[in-house]
Amino acid sequence: MRGRPKPGAYDTTMTQTIPDTDWAAHLQRVHTHRDQNAFAALFAHFAPRVKGFLIRSGASEPLAEECTQEVMATVWHKAHLFDGSRAGVSTWIFTIARNKRIDALRKQRRPEPEEVTWGPEEEPDQTDVLALQQDTRKLAIALAQLPEKQRILIERAYFADLSHSEIAEETGLPLGTIKSRIRLALERLRHAMQ
Amino acid sequence: MGQINHHLSDQLLIGYAAGALPEAFNLVVATHISLCDECRARLGSFETVGGCLLDSGPAASVASDALVNTLKLIAEGPKEPPKVSRNRAGNVFPTPLHDYAGSDLSAVRWRPMGGGVRQARLATSGAATARLLYIPGGTHIPDHGHRGTEMTLVLQGAFRDETDRFGRGDIEIADQQMQHTPVAEPGAACICLAATDAPLKFNSLIPRIAQPFLRI
Repeated sequence: MRGRPKPGAYDTTMTQTIPDTDWAAHLQRVHTHRDQNAFAALFAHFAPRVKGFLIRSGASEPLAEECTQEVMATVWHKAHLFDGSRAGVSTWIFTIARNKRIDALRKQRRPEPEEVTWGPEEEPDQTDVLALQQDTRKLAIALAQLPEKQRILIERAYFADLSHSEIAEETGLPLGTIKSRIRLALERLRHAMQ
Repeated sequence: MGQINHHLSDQLLIGYAAGALPEAFNLVVATHISLCDECRARLGSFETVGGCLLDSGPAASVASDALVNTLKLIAEGPKEPPKVSRNRAGNVFPTPLHDYAGSDLSAVRWRPMGGGVRQARLATSGAATARLLYIPGGTHIPDHGHRGTEMTLVLQGAFRDETDRFGRGDIEIADQQMQHTPVAEPGAACICLAATDAPLKFNSLIPRIAQPFLRI
């Protein structure tokens, strides 16, 4: 079921570094045609990653399984809200999984920013969609190329659900070191995005 | 909307993107982002980092009937009704505050703190606390230092402290080292949303004694 890398509909500059299926087109088919095959492809790629994320965040196996299915059901129900000019599919699914984690693991409400209105049901500009996909790919490459010490701290900040001081406690590294490594990592990412 | 000069730190934006902040801090971050396009865009970048990590991160195999079960879940329909978060133009409260403080200022139940200053605690879970502050124009907020991190977001009016001026949308982030004496600008009352992960420590005796009683 795992989709082989294939060029997306609007994608003319495939990098060879990162195989990239056009998930936005899959999501579009889920939205417009209730296409179960497109959903199954999204599921095969993202469900194991969402489950891995939840387990690394401290969820038990059964809870992670249950939450993953709920996250993927939300992906179906909210497919019409996806806007490829504002976020990539992996980013959008990450935010849904993150919110599920806050809800199910921390039992907290999640205040969300006020929606921005872009005018009456505007179709996203495909140039913006393409630019965003390219930026996301660049960022993924830059992240993969971070020195290991920096990358691990970034991963911990996102996956382990830890504040900087909790990372300090867990790793035994001084808080100042953690902050400066994360800052260095961000500088590298910014440099790569220029 | 006036110019916003004081923004969220990378640390807070990553914490919000990662979902690692206490609820009270999330509330302040979401409220600031509702007013600040720059921080909204920066949040987008930090969420993209999360998306890339998800995409390249470790996968855990799902149950063999996971897809079938998910399709059953889908057939049951969405669990939560879609949120309509339209706000009235000119409302002092951006929408994230509505669930915590009511739909606008008139809904707030203030408690006096002395000197015309009023506060209203907002219910959030977790270690940090959030409250609204009402400071009459020209009034000092009692001199205080901080044991943890305190975020103060201006919703109406403005205040000044030793460092700068803070108007609507501006956020001040104070840590342990900071001693400051904010004063509301003369004129309309200054209304702020504040969150802290530790009780404030006041430097004069009276407020310190009063602190546990006032639940500051």
